[in-house]
Amino acid sequence: MVASGGVCSGMILRLAPALAIAILIGPVVCGLLATILPAFGYLPALGEEALSFRHFESVRRSPGIGPAAFLSLYTGLLTTFIALGIVMFFVSAWHGTRFFSRLQHFISPLLSVPHAAAAFGLAFLIAPSGFLMRLLSPGITGLTRPPDLLILQDPMGLTMMAGLIAKEIPFLLLVTLAALPQTPASRARQVAGSFGYGRTAGFLLTTWPLVYRQIRLAVFAVIAYSTSVVDVALILGPSSPSTLAVQLTQWMNDPDIGMRFAASAGALLQLGVTLGAMLLWLGVERVAAAVARFARRRGTRFQKDRIVRAASASAILIATLSIASGLGILAIWSVAGFWAFPEALPRSFTLSNWDRALPSLGRPLGITLITGLAATLTAIILALACLEREFRTGRTGGSKALLFVYIPLLVPQVSFVFGLQIFFLVLGADASWGALYFVHLIFVLPYVFLSLSDPWRAWDKRYASVAHGLGASDNRTFWRIRLPMLLRPALVAAGVGFAVSVGQYLPTLLIGAGRLPTITTEAVALAAGGDRRVIGVYAFLQMILPFLGFVLAAAIPAALFKNRQDMKANV
Amino acid sequence: MNRSFATLISGTLFALATAWSALAADPKADNWDSVLSQAKGQTVYFNAWGGSQNINDYIAWAGRELESRYGVKVEHVKLDDTANAVATVIAEKTAGKDENGRIDLIWINGENFASMKQKNLLFSPAWADKLPNWKYVDVENKPTITVDFTIPTEGLESPWGGAKMVFFHDTARQKKGPLPNSIADLVSWAEANPGRISYPAPPDFIGSSFLKQALSELITEPEKLLQPVKKDEFATLAKPLFDTLDKLHPNMWRSGRAYPKNYPAMTQLLSDGELDITFAFNPSDASSAIAQNKLPDTVRSFTFSGGTLGNTHFVAIPYNATAKAGALVLANFLLSPEAQARKQDPNVWGDPTILNINKLSDEDKARFEALDLGIATLKPEELGPMLPEPHPSWMVEIEQEWTRRYAAGN
Repeated sequence: MVASGGVCSGMILRLAPALAIAILIGPVVCGLLATILPAFGYLPALGEEALSFRHFESVRRSPGIGPAAFLSLYTGLLTTFIALGIVMFFVSAWHGTRFFSRLQHFISPLLSVPHAAAAFGLAFLIAPSGFLMRLLSPGITGLTRPPDLLILQDPMGLTMMAGLIAKEIPFLLLVTLAALPQTPASRARQVAGSFGYGRTAGFLLTTWPLVYRQIRLAVFAVIAYSTSVVDVALILGPSSPSTLAVQLTQWMNDPDIGMRFAASAGALLQLGVTLGAMLLWLGVERVAAAVARFARRRGTRFQKDRIVRAASASAILIATLSIASGLGILAIWSVAGFWAFPEALPRSFTLSNWDRALPSLGRPLGITLITGLAATLTAIILALACLEREFRTGRTGGSKALLFVYIPLLVPQVSFVFGLQIFFLVLGADASWGALYFVHLIFVLPYVFLSLSDPWRAWDKRYASVAHGLGASDNRTFWRIRLPMLLRPALVAAGVGFAVSVGQYLPTLLIGAGRLPTITTEAVALAAGGDRRVIGVYAFLQMILPFLGFVLAAAIPAALFKNRQDMKANV
Repeated sequence: MNRSFATLISGTLFALATAWSALAADPKADNWDSVLSQAKGQTVYFNAWGGSQNINDYIAWAGRELESRYGVKVEHVKLDDTANAVATVIAEKTAGKDENGRIDLIWINGENFASMKQKNLLFSPAWADKLPNWKYVDVENKPTITVDFTIPTEGLESPWGGAKMVFFHDTARQKKGPLPNSIADLVSWAEANPGRISYPAPPDFIGSSFLKQALSELITEPEKLLQPVKKDEFATLAKPLFDTLDKLHPNMWRSGRAYPKNYPAMTQLLSDGELDITFAFNPSDASSAIAQNKLPDTVRSFTFSGGTLGNTHFVAIPYNATAKAGALVLANFLLSPEAQARKQDPNVWGDPTILNINKLSDEDKARFEALDLGIATLKPEELGPMLPEPHPSWMVEIEQEWTRRYAAGN
């Protein structure tokens, strides 16, 4: 009994890494292939077999494609540059302070807010008829009607960048926090300080390069994401022209079947744009390294860094508060009666918006929950098995393994999910729940891995040695010692995974083909309607689901370990 | 022995299955009892624009009624553009999926109907005029029921509601000059009231309709609009339209650099006071919005004395639909006096009926007479003349040229 259990779990452990790699790489490869072939005119299922470049030609000739590609390129690069800059200066200036450790607690909840919900909140906050303008009017601005200002959907994409920056900061901050313990940050600060360096400069010149080396892939994932995002661009981005990814999604859904080929060719262009942005980023890295070298050689101590400290803290606070207050305004709209400009609050409150939405909420809510839970559970089991296997064999896989984990995040979704859709269509599995679950798993698994691996690896191995010394098997050590001790990070990783699943827009839209609606696809579809009350209801639900996940992640260990003093969270 | 027996069994089963699927695949609308029994237990995937909550609620209501009355489930697949549903059917046809398609019923008209009809993507033979409730339909007085954007419907789509373009404004708000009475008026009105008018960017159907309204008013040879567009003539014939748009855009909301997503978005902007004049394809849209707290009760409707576009919207069944019988039952239910009267109620949706009230029983007549069409709804005689929809090919050209000029970021 025990033996067979051991064999069985051994098999699972042995297979887990291969399975995980297959899930991380397989769909990307298949998807890219099923994008590349139609791009060159090969897709027998749609009646074309002759290889040609004419679809690239029709992409090149379609109006506005150049400006759209350029828009995607520079908004993606600037988003990454600014978000990373804010995180870099903030961590440098504030690492080791009380403010810093306080702020850490807000990161995971912020990270869990789906992009679309955050974008809606921001839109309701800063639109000319938005909440801020209502607060200032007519008292300060003297306006009784909203000004005719192009704030949302501005042609340069400034608002879209602001929304993306505010959402990428928590992600970059989280990976930075995970990387910090593996650097001698505190000692380096003391040494740099004893040489007379200012706090910020000391960190930037000593510790940051070590941190950056570890978070580099995450930064590239941000580039990939922000050059190819669809939902945020639909809500906040310019419309004439829209970004490349938005246009491609429209082509993919065009009644003219020929547009599928152009969409595939365009998806390769998107791949090129993202790659181009990454190449440019390599240049940014060089320049930054040169500047750092120059600063080190010159020896300027940068002792007066008050401005940097204040600016970086304000930037972080503004980003955090704008998301948080945006969500608050969503909640208000979901219960608003008539609400005229410039009134700061609705004239009346009503539950009728919720009443109206409830009958049609059931199915999307069910699909969101089931898909999210199933994908998260699978991802957690796989991640735990891989990490345990790594621990037992002592083979970490090194940087190559990390690259595998990042692959689905480094390739623009548009570029391979298009292909996956065609792939599933040919298989006859399109719009099936299985396909949807699988596609969600592709994106949930990396995040679960990323948030689980550091606490898992940081576990004190001497516990295992003691357990083995007392005669416990590997499996028993895992179930009785390691998993309970690491239950908290495992559940937080599950929370992150669930949040990622809830937030998936493009894969759900394309693979679910509208027949498997989730809260997110419904919310973005309703965005078109511009009915703020209904958007409020859906976006509020969209953000509350992941939040509930995190509440559970905190409540379960607290309940399980009620009578274990040392198992309580070390806040 | 065993083997041949198995072959025989499986052969018989196969033949039976084929016969059954042939039977199941073709419900006949004129044999309504068999349609009803076939429909029982089916799920109808109704692909319909999902941008307006009151319409979504109405569809949800119809679904609940259908389930309790006929045992047919309805799933509303919410589209942001009906073209997406057409794309799905096209993709299925090209992939050889001639049965068990993903879409059972589409909310459709005009360009999308023309494209599906032309590509033989619709369930045929004619079924709409064989539905039990067809006898109430006002074919006599509403020509757009049988001719959809110049294309004969030939029973391949079933009418659902009427539509006519009307404009809305807030009487509580100061505006310069009299309300516009034509597209040309609108341009000079925008000059006097800059930044207070806009239209959704095509391919949104209201935005496209605004462009067609403008073209219909401005074109020198309007009769050409009823024929397929000739590419070599388009530039000359559409020149007045684009000249007018060039004049209008600088005085539009956001100076024409951004567009509202669709008409519910315009309604929100009218409520916020960002826009002064908006429009919709539904004469009671403003009353309906007032009833739902979306607009102040000082909003009123107006129209152009020279006429505005009008049409009918329909539901159609794709040739490869899975639940054809269920789709027929839903289409017939949507035609019923009960469903039509509920649809016309501004508290629910406010969409005009396509039934002829005089053909109804006294009880059903009473349902319509009891309706309060709302404070902001024009009476039928105030709606003005109806301009015909141009041939769908015009819209294709207009959208392309519009995108090239205004959405290409040049």
